[in-house]
Amino acid sequence: MKRYSKEHEWVELDGDVATMGITGFAAAELGDITYVEVPAQGKAVKANDVLCVVESVKAASDVYSPVSGTVTEVNAALEDEPGLVNQEPEGKGWFCKIKGVAKAEFDALMTAEAYATLTAK
Amino acid sequence: MNETPLASIHRQLGAKMAEFAGWNMPILYPAGILAEHKHCREAAALFDICHMGEFRLTGPAAAAALDRLLPRSVSSQKPGTCRYNFLPDETGGVLDDLLVYRISPEEFFLVVNAGTASADAAWIQSHLPAAGVSFCDLRSELGKLDLQGPRTFEVLADLGVSQDAIPRYYHWTRVRLFDQDILLSRTGYTGERGVELYFPRGRAVEFWERLTAHPLVKPAGLGARDTLRLEMGYPLYGHELDRQTTPVEAGFGGMLDFQNRDCIGRDALLRGPRKRLTGFRLDGRRAARNGMAVLDPVTRRVVGAVTSGAFSPTLGMAVAMGFVEGAEPPPAGTPFLLGDAAGAGTRLPAVAAPIPFHTAGTARASG
Repeated sequence: MKRYSKEHEWVELDGDVATMGITGFAAAELGDITYVEVPAQGKAVKANDVLCVVESVKAASDVYSPVSGTVTEVNAALEDEPGLVNQEPEGKGWFCKIKGVAKAEFDALMTAEAYATLTAK
Repeated sequence: MNETPLASIHRQLGAKMAEFAGWNMPILYPAGILAEHKHCREAAALFDICHMGEFRLTGPAAAAALDRLLPRSVSSQKPGTCRYNFLPDETGGVLDDLLVYRISPEEFFLVVNAGTASADAAWIQSHLPAAGVSFCDLRSELGKLDLQGPRTFEVLADLGVSQDAIPRYYHWTRVRLFDQDILLSRTGYTGERGVELYFPRGRAVEFWERLTAHPLVKPAGLGARDTLRLEMGYPLYGHELDRQTTPVEAGFGGMLDFQNRDCIGRDALLRGPRKRLTGFRLDGRRAARNGMAVLDPVTRRVVGAVTSGAFSPTLGMAVAMGFVEGAEPPPAGTPFLLGDAAGAGTRLPAVAAPIPFHTAGTARASG
């Protein structure tokens, strides 16, 4: 089950490993994504820290880490195909995996229903 | 905020609207900037340019009055032609860039930027002689659409304007389109074969709908207009041109003839450039943006500033334009860093590159 942040990231938790990316709403707002700076492997991140940068034709935007942990895997496909984020934001357009994530931190994020309400406004 | 007569159509099409130069304009349609850009490079894109300003100057003293205002003379310009020109202030700084159409020996049509149009009108009128020239502001009367792309002539032919009726590059003519006499010029801001159409503003909706009904034509917003012009190295007022920049510094010295005549800004322009417009190619897809510093990669000294930058859809890499200090532009291949002046943020490796970045444009090509 996925959870969502106010900054428009999605997270899926498997044990203590979170897979994250930006939501379809965020990808649509950004427009055609032309560049993704994936975070460095091994980077220690805290929730709400800037994790990496995405760029669309129009502008650059920071992506925040929705959870705390260590980056263990990044989606290398985004280097050559950043458009995957527009095509499949919550699938092939994933950004990275973060290990050592506390279940309580994940649970505190928004449910899909709550996020849908936020973005419907 | 101002709206063009097409604002409600853009909203119906699902465009993202945003403020540009005091106007609520379509930035992109649901297809997105990359698709709109590609369509303009491959077929024909239609742009709502009703926000831009048009003036008419007429009278026996019109040519001499414009020669005093512009560093590129109009008295040598033939009726039937369009010329790119500049409105400098006394310091040589650019108040606006514009297109001048010579309609007849005593009539000129000026096309200016939206954000500067009112100030331009005041500046021009305050510098006209007391007699022999009259100024007419046409902004409330005229609509403007740009049809741009290699297949523009096919579209026009299907709409009854044969290829024989279309003038050469940077020429204008009057044609009949949708039962209306209109002014059509073979000009544009994309680097592709294209035309700019001027017609009564009251018919803007109908012109838009009839043009976009053609299967080759798709709407494009200001987002694609910006990436298209950046690939061609065309300046955008407020970025590559402003009152702190002369036309010579922006790379247009070769087309000017201010040296041996009395015109506004002449003395300042004679002193020569302090900085030069430079094209940059970046290493990858990540774009430099307006306002970033240009740094010497060895000394890390700030030597200039980025004025425009984006991912180039046609080249598949990021490109930028900016100014580098000095009287001559740096040779192609000179390395720079583009980024944060203070050193805390990102600095992107780049090399000076010839403008235009996109060299396969069809703008000048006939049928």
